[in-house]
Amino acid sequence: MTAIIEVRNLIKRFGHKQVLRQLNFSVQQGEFVALLGSNGAGKTTLLRILSSLSKPNYGEIQIAGYFLPGQSAQVRKKLGVVSHLPLLYGDLSAEENLKFYGKLYGLSDFQNHIEEILKLVGLLKRKKDLVRTFSRGMQQRLAIGRAIIHDPEVLLLDEPHTGLDQDAANMLDTLLQEIASRGRTVVMTSHDFPRVANLATRFDVLYKGKIHASKLAKDLPQHGLLAYYQSIVDEIDAEGGKQGAT
Amino acid sequence: MKKLTTLRILDIVTLVALLGATAMVFFYAPIERVMGAVQKVFYFHVAAGWVGMLSFLFAAIAGIIYLIKKSKIWDLVGVAAVEIGIIFIFITIVTGSIWARPIWNTWWTWDPRLTTVTIMELVYVAYLMLRQGIDDPERRSRFGAVYAIVGFLSVPLTFFSIRIFRTIHPVVIGGSDPSAVGTFDMTATMFQTMMVSIVVFSILFIDLVWHRIRLGKLANQVEELKFNIQD
Amino acid sequence: MQKGGSKVQPKTSFFKALFAVVWKDLIAELRGKELISAMLVFALLVIFIFNFALELDPKTRSALTAGILWVTIIFAGNLGLNRSMSVEKDRGCLDGLLLAPVDRTAIYFGKSIANWIFMLIVAMIVLPIYSILYNTNIISPALILVIILGSEGYVAIGTLLASMAVQARTRDILLPILLFPVILPVLIAAVKASAGILSGFPLTDLQTWFNLLIVYDIIFTSVAFMVFDSVVEE
Repeated sequence: MTAIIEVRNLIKRFGHKQVLRQLNFSVQQGEFVALLGSNGAGKTTLLRILSSLSKPNYGEIQIAGYFLPGQSAQVRKKLGVVSHLPLLYGDLSAEENLKFYGKLYGLSDFQNHIEEILKLVGLLKRKKDLVRTFSRGMQQRLAIGRAIIHDPEVLLLDEPHTGLDQDAANMLDTLLQEIASRGRTVVMTSHDFPRVANLATRFDVLYKGKIHASKLAKDLPQHGLLAYYQSIVDEIDAEGGKQGAT
Repeated sequence: MKKLTTLRILDIVTLVALLGATAMVFFYAPIERVMGAVQKVFYFHVAAGWVGMLSFLFAAIAGIIYLIKKSKIWDLVGVAAVEIGIIFIFITIVTGSIWARPIWNTWWTWDPRLTTVTIMELVYVAYLMLRQGIDDPERRSRFGAVYAIVGFLSVPLTFFSIRIFRTIHPVVIGGSDPSAVGTFDMTATMFQTMMVSIVVFSILFIDLVWHRIRLGKLANQVEELKFNIQD
Repeated sequence: MQKGGSKVQPKTSFFKALFAVVWKDLIAELRGKELISAMLVFALLVIFIFNFALELDPKTRSALTAGILWVTIIFAGNLGLNRSMSVEKDRGCLDGLLLAPVDRTAIYFGKSIANWIFMLIVAMIVLPIYSILYNTNIISPALILVIILGSEGYVAIGTLLASMAVQARTRDILLPILLFPVILPVLIAAVKASAGILSGFPLTDLQTWFNLLIVYDIIFTSVAFMVFDSVVEE
């Protein structure tokens, strides 16, 4: 089965700083991959490159059969992206926001579709309300609605739980599980281990610009995620110490 | 990175050329009948002006190439051209002022050429301020390139617009209005001195830009080394 | 996978995307009215400041009136441009636009046209107010045409430069510093044409200025949309 996301030898530099170093990453269709890493590890950078917002310095990227950056337009159709910024217009209503993005994605006659999505994210009653009156949790849910309006095969989420309280985060999780269960592929970055342990089917560790390890959820003991992550990081640090500065 | 021999030679050539041109201005070119000795400012004024405008073109072209090739050296060339250009234009403005004072009894005239050249200076400075306000190095280079192109296109248009007014700037070359105060006919020796000045200033420009580019490369190396240590 | 009734086309049509952006900006603005009211209040304040700073009488000082009118438009326009692009930047919406399978130039034209419309709305309110304040009718089709042409050139370069300025730390002061020196050709032509119109010169005399405005508009718009890609694509 060909992977729906395939990344080989990805290098990304900012000035002289090499953030991603010959990174390899591969995701099969239907997987829910949690990308774990501390702040500054390069999670957001990787996600920005995958979402076509940023170009790599080197490397091959293939998503849903199309190459980045050459075929970015086709890739964009297949992607839905949620970042920690809402990407919503405060002066527009929930309905109008979805209408706008739907138009951008070339949809037509999609009023019913908008209603379905609003129902899915639990905001149907607030469809006429302006987004700037929404709480952060509601905005995030609407943001997910925006991300899936064009029915993308792949969903990329960058720390979506940032700034949410427990209830809002739980609602988000239910929504994510619902969406993932429909056969979509999801890649989510996070440093919230307990939360992510219940959502993902696979956990990858991003550390010092590379993806070092990958573990399927079913192979991980209960509550063992943090320990797993820590062990990988310690291992790499130890190796780095032995070999001297890389 | 040792100084290239070529650069060393260029430094010497530049120095000699400058001395030679100055000598020409003072000893070879005649004293102008009406304006007197102050007219001699004209040679360096025109030379600096010409070279300053060319450096703008330089920066715009470097910008275009950078946007196409995305190679950092072209960004460096653009910055160097702008920084050195600022100096040359400043010289143009100041020498223009020095020339104007005894002749028109004013430090400033709002005529097309002087005005346009000052606007160009403002665009140059805006370019540097734009770069300074951006932290991401790649974005900084990209935006600089875009603004250099936009700025370069707008300045001739500005000149053209202002020109449609009457001018009091002496139209020394190709001018047909003898009543414009300060106009004078150039003798052959004056013409030669002017051409030599232009050539010498061009050499000076290349020398300075080269030094600036070299400085930029060294600065980049230092940055890189810093990062390698931090890692 | 297709949902009933909605289809996904290969790369969204240029004009559909363009109109979507314009529609979005207009609706958002009509709702909040923040942009236009800010521009309007600012414009009126500028007129009042000029009134106290200078001797103004449109009948005898048409050149001055033209200048003041355009200074007002330029400064209010700067406010509008800044705000318009800030909105996109602050909530990450620019990313939202870039994530969509649309031509970057469609985004550029969408934003420019929206900005243009806002400027024109403000101008159309300022003109009658000016006429009332100075008890003389300065409105005429010719003047309106000049304002339309002048603001197009302004907005063409302004949208491009605002996209850059808004990403810098020094965002607010940077836009005027970048924009004003570069917009001078348009300003000069617009002011000369306006002054001529207010003085009652026959339009044939002002032909040059109109032609220049059109030429500048074309040049600036072409350059702007050609380089816009480089500004937004990382």
